[in-house]
Amino acid sequence: MAMLSFEPKYRTRGGTLIGGDLFDFWVGPLWVGFFGVTTLFCATLGTLLIVWAAAIGPTWNVWRINIAPPDISYGLAFAPLAEGGLWQLITACALGAFVSWALRQVEIARKLGMGLHIPFAFSFAVLAYFTLVVIRPVLMGAWGYGFPYGILSHLDWVSNTGYQYLHFHYNPAHMIAISFFFTNALALALHGSLILSAANPPKGEVVKGAEQENGYFRDTVGYSIGTLGIHRLGLFLAISAAFFSAVCIVISGPFWTRGWPEWWGWWLNLPIWAH
Amino acid sequence: MNTPIQAALAAVGAAVVVVGGMLLAVTERPPIDGIQRGFRGSGLVQLYNPRFLADKEAENVIPASLPRLPAAGAKAGVVYKNVQVLKDVSVGNFTRLMASMSTWVAPQVGCAYCHDVNNMASDALYTKVVARRMIQMVQHINSDWKTHVAETGVVCYTCHRGNPVPKNIWFADPGPEGTPGYTPAVGKNHPATVAGITALPLDPFTPFLLGDQNIRVQPTEALPGTDNSSIKQTEWTYSLMMNFSQSLGVNCDYCHNSRAFRDWDQSPPQRATAWYGIRMVRDLNNNYLVPLTPVFPASRLGPLGDGPKVYCATCHNGVYKPLFGISMAKDFPELTTVSK
Repeated sequence: MAMLSFEPKYRTRGGTLIGGDLFDFWVGPLWVGFFGVTTLFCATLGTLLIVWAAAIGPTWNVWRINIAPPDISYGLAFAPLAEGGLWQLITACALGAFVSWALRQVEIARKLGMGLHIPFAFSFAVLAYFTLVVIRPVLMGAWGYGFPYGILSHLDWVSNTGYQYLHFHYNPAHMIAISFFFTNALALALHGSLILSAANPPKGEVVKGAEQENGYFRDTVGYSIGTLGIHRLGLFLAISAAFFSAVCIVISGPFWTRGWPEWWGWWLNLPIWAH
Repeated sequence: MNTPIQAALAAVGAAVVVVGGMLLAVTERPPIDGIQRGFRGSGLVQLYNPRFLADKEAENVIPASLPRLPAAGAKAGVVYKNVQVLKDVSVGNFTRLMASMSTWVAPQVGCAYCHDVNNMASDALYTKVVARRMIQMVQHINSDWKTHVAETGVVCYTCHRGNPVPKNIWFADPGPEGTPGYTPAVGKNHPATVAGITALPLDPFTPFLLGDQNIRVQPTEALPGTDNSSIKQTEWTYSLMMNFSQSLGVNCDYCHNSRAFRDWDQSPPQRATAWYGIRMVRDLNNNYLVPLTPVFPASRLGPLGDGPKVYCATCHNGVYKPLFGISMAKDFPELTTVSK
């Protein structure tokens, strides 16, 4: 199903981590691989479990479907399926699918002789989810601290969990994470608009390249990070945003039970203030 | 790898260790206790550090009550002079209450904290006048504010805890003076110890617990029009709410489901108890504490010359139910009905 006649010659064999040549083939444009199979298995099973959990719930309203974790009283044990057990299985399937996808990225990168930057970056997104539904609940001693699967219900969880610490904006790691998210958006906007502006000159002008792109930022702010540098910066900002998001939730509860404003007492207690 | 890069890595490593160590020094650690108070996964959970909870429990051990005597014999109002409130209490139980009050309120000084020991009937000491009014206040709380204190009730010890002046009281707080030419004194943007050391308004009490300013700042519909509160008004409400949280040692979810703070149907029942508590505190401040202002010496008044007043923490002392809900009032029936 290759869409271009010359595409098959890019289909490089090898690079697999598991299975050798067994899964080293393509279905249409998609390479399969061992971890493609496990991704498909986990994603399909997880989705069917979600449909099952929705079916035994009170509503099919897509906004209100709520697949909640067990009561805190179950601790780190298994719960009955209808009382959080399905949430536990769905969580296992989701992690299986996400980790499989990351390893599929590794295999494809190896196949093409590339670095592992893509799976490295994607791992931070997986880490953030893993932190929310595994690390933090384990540190707090119950799966019930995980967030529910539902469009509105997970937002309610975010809200109530934030208000467990009175004012979540005082969480220092949350501050850092937000700063990285905003800076990330700024960097992407600057980069995207710069490339498009170089590629879309006025009528009659030739398309511009790195010289003009660097020149633009040197004229504007005295410095250009460069064509490779901007991508290093972008990756750093994006993974830092995900990393500090994970930090900001894992410290809330396991390492701080009070209001986040109160954490800043150490700052007010520094011996540098007049009063 | 060359030397400058190694040096830089070593510096970064050292910085991580130092910063990490400092962070651990100012945080808590697992295990923690969580109390689920809503449907699973809704996030309606109260979190406690069991180490702190042990300290709180030790602070809230109630003193043993003196054994109650049969309500027989002569009445205090007949035997003693100048008994205005507890006239109908038997002499034995009157004396028992007086002895209890001295251990609850002034264990160091004893009877002489309120009484001229040469003439116990004298009202010369201001503390005796205040104490009499406070007995009336306790009776009023226990009989007229069961909506808030239920049958548990309060006694002097609920607030005083062995201190002549309860630890948690409030005065009007104008805040620090602004820097001339830069910032006027705005009563906020300065660590508010009564509001969880946020930068929220420093005195949420005057408008809400003395006055009856509107606390609600949330619209009842998604569209604009049902509530026109400004951000500034909202900050006053949030300051008050932070104060409630720290007064009771609970988080916002104790009374609210934050998906709809305003909605009574989605709120935990404690919110109704708190609603009555707000009205009770206003009543106590306006009808008992403020009228006592001229009785107090200047040293007992606040920076603006107002007298001491109560708020949630005065009784609660950082616990969701004062003294973890143990009733001392049941041993002192003379404090649970209003004397005629």
